[in-house]
Amino acid sequence: MTGPHDGVPGEPIARRRFLGYVVAAPTLVAAAELTPPAPSGDLQVPSPELTELIDLNDVMTAAALPTSGLISVEVGRDGTVSFALPRAEVGQGITTSTAMLIAEELAVPLDRVRVTLADARPELLFNQLTGASNTTISTYTPIRVAAAVARLRLLEAAAADLGSPVGELKLADGVISDRSGGSVGIGALAEKAASSRTTRVSVTLAAPESFTVIGKPHNRVDALDAVTGRKKFTMDLDVPDAKPAMVCRPPTINGKVGSVANLAEVRAMPGVTDAVVISTGVAVRAETFGQCIDAVRALKVTWKPGTAAGKSDESVLRALQAAELPLGLRPPTPVVEGAFTFYFRGNSALEPNCAIADVRADRAEIWSALKSPIVAQQSIAARLGLPVGKVTVHVTEGGGSFGRKLFFDAALEAAEVSQKVGKPVKLMWHRADDARQGRAHPMATSRVRVSYLGGTVLSYKQRHTSVSTDLGHGLGEIFTALAARLPVGDVGFSQTFFHLSQAMSYDFGASSQLLAETDKSFNTGSMRNVYSPDVTCARELIVDQLAARMGKDPYRFRHDFLRDARSRAVLAKVAEAGGWGRAMQPGTAQGIAFHAEYKSVSAALVEIDCRPETVNRPIRDGVTGPRVTKVVFAVDAGLAVNPRGLEAQMMGGISDGIALALTSSLHLRDGYFLEASWDNYFYTRQWNTPLDLRIIIMPATSDEPGGAGELAVASSMAAVACAYGRATGTMPTSFPINHGTLSFTPKPTVPPVPPSPTDGLDHAR
Amino acid sequence: MPEHTFRVNGEQVTVNVADDVRLLWVLRDVLRITGPKYGCGINVCKACTSHLNGKAVNPCAIPVKDLQPDDEVTTIEGLAATAGADLHPMQRAWLDHDVAQCGYCQPGQIMAAVALVNRVAAEGRTITDDDLDGIRNICRCGTYFRIREAIRAGARDM
Repeated sequence: MTGPHDGVPGEPIARRRFLGYVVAAPTLVAAAELTPPAPSGDLQVPSPELTELIDLNDVMTAAALPTSGLISVEVGRDGTVSFALPRAEVGQGITTSTAMLIAEELAVPLDRVRVTLADARPELLFNQLTGASNTTISTYTPIRVAAAVARLRLLEAAAADLGSPVGELKLADGVISDRSGGSVGIGALAEKAASSRTTRVSVTLAAPESFTVIGKPHNRVDALDAVTGRKKFTMDLDVPDAKPAMVCRPPTINGKVGSVANLAEVRAMPGVTDAVVISTGVAVRAETFGQCIDAVRALKVTWKPGTAAGKSDESVLRALQAAELPLGLRPPTPVVEGAFTFYFRGNSALEPNCAIADVRADRAEIWSALKSPIVAQQSIAARLGLPVGKVTVHVTEGGGSFGRKLFFDAALEAAEVSQKVGKPVKLMWHRADDARQGRAHPMATSRVRVSYLGGTVLSYKQRHTSVSTDLGHGLGEIFTALAARLPVGDVGFSQTFFHLSQAMSYDFGASSQLLAETDKSFNTGSMRNVYSPDVTCARELIVDQLAARMGKDPYRFRHDFLRDARSRAVLAKVAEAGGWGRAMQPGTAQGIAFHAEYKSVSAALVEIDCRPETVNRPIRDGVTGPRVTKVVFAVDAGLAVNPRGLEAQMMGGISDGIALALTSSLHLRDGYFLEASWDNYFYTRQWNTPLDLRIIIMPATSDEPGGAGELAVASSMAAVACAYGRATGTMPTSFPINHGTLSFTPKPTVPPVPPSPTDGLDHAR
Repeated sequence: MPEHTFRVNGEQVTVNVADDVRLLWVLRDVLRITGPKYGCGINVCKACTSHLNGKAVNPCAIPVKDLQPDDEVTTIEGLAATAGADLHPMQRAWLDHDVAQCGYCQPGQIMAAVALVNRVAAEGRTITDDDLDGIRNICRCGTYFRIREAIRAGARDM
């Protein structure tokens, strides 16, 4: 018997039947087209609530339809199953969840599945972009189809081998056995199950009711490597002669080199092998990164002004206000209004921008953690003057991304340096570079007006105005390809992105949410959850105000106005589990908020302590501030492939939300960001971490997974803001809360990186 | 080029490198010991946290000339051996709690945690919330809560 893969009585077989391929190869290689199901919504029907018909993830999956490239699982003679995932693992756990999908369909133990990251594969067209929490949504079915094809071929080969019909075989733990006690391991079948020509086959996927791996909590497959120091990131790779390289960068954003007074002198410094002017500054190559830092500091460079010369928080805020789209005439009914400001934020990961490049006269090889490797490959080829096919781009595992690795700034720069010095380089940005010249989440304002009458909300209008977000990493191409199919008409990429990602979850009558963008002079990029944290934070603060005007409890009000049962369920869950409405000390309060995106819904209940004795706790070189003491978070991501990984993603999103609401921002002065250290940019630290944190994964509400990598940021940020407002009896309108206080002494901009300390032994503890 | 001799993960090593090169680069670029990570280079993010004679230090802030021949540097690669096992109890706790996300900060987090538990034990105490609040290692993935849980669990087995 074939157990769980038999059709389940009553379920239409066609729904689970898919086409895959056995690929010509010496051992078994089974493949599927990376073409997830088409969007279910009717694209032609216009609606005021676009996200109900089609959301961003539908666009991304629909974009894959013309893709011809196959993704394949390979069964090895040793009984392992290998798969090269055309996505970037940057901490979100997709190598683990992907291994789980294969283990489920192929009935092999998880530890025998090897998931690696695929090199850039231009034939995959738009389908090698890691973003918008889309990985699991778009790969869930194709990967299972490939595994199911392998399973079918193995069973057929075993039938011949054991002399039993396929229907009497059982595949479990990587071993196929028949009823008479005969058995054979899948490794022994790897060659027999192979095909000398590529053939198309039809397979049935396992029914969700039968799952034994999918939906069960599993620890990360790379955890052992991570805790033993064996996990290799880009800078840990040993590429022959790829010596350390760094760049001396301008004192203002995107400034350019005018002249260098002492190139020869710097080339003669200990350990230094090269020093050359490049498009972004002056690159140095040396035996160690320490000597690169010394060389960067020694360079005497005259700089030309940058793209944001003279700009500051204040001037950008004025420009944003001037660019705001009108809310229209104020209606005769009562209204609640608010205007909110969100300052620049950094999406630096702990691993700084980095890449290895080995550029030769006729070819190039690149290693970097890249979420858009195809665009990177094309751009690097163009920069080097090489055909795309002569540039090999390896995708390495990344030390965090948060949107940053959608771009390939370091890879492009490493390629340029390697070409100029004629040697391989291992190029890394200093932390100060990463903060000052790296990508920033754009500063934005959000203006909201809600009109109501009695117990009815008549209309909701939100005008979000943002410094331009650079989406030029491939998402834009997806939208270009599908523009004609989208019911939003002829608008720009960011407009489309905004409309497709911003759902209006409440029954607030006529609603309109519009985006205006201005000013392209900054290096921006999508930060985890992109527009949603700011947009949702503004909305949820206004919802609290509205509830108060109507004399309703903030939780009750949300529950009454949420449109669907899934949404109400997560909200009710946090209210119940978190003890909503319990008596709180003065200066402390609860806050509650909701956010839906990526076909998932989430709610957060937080408790915050804003009492002076907490806010003013002494922490050296840190911002203490109000403390979020408790978070109860509920998530419904449809089908959670790996609940333990989902919980981890929610935890990270909560840390992000706390930072965005309370502590973390970049300060712009005179054309540069003041922050140059992790003790300047106040991302959540242990002293800001909730002491009580509970994440509730709702029972599956779908047969298919929703997205989750970014989901928790918006609801967490909004709940913290709402709690802060209730604890302090104010409505906060500027984020993060502490932006107005500069809590550090800015480091100099020349030289661009700080000296390496020498007092390490004094701090041994 | 000056020679510098010290011990790393139980072995005596001698390197030919300028006096002022920081230990982090001697470990990573010269000895190819890549567990300690660069995250800031100015002793702030703590991603490179390792042990010197059993105490937590940050190699990014130690010129190699400061080391003596009998100084014992322990990186994440050598931690398990200090417990005479395949894995240190703190590494096991990390696995049990599935702490790591991207994993980049985790070697430093674990080394800081072990030193903290040892310090607190030497003071005859058990770990408190204040002790955990005092950990400065950054985790940009934000897995702080699991770090706290794992440290408490690891401490029980140390």
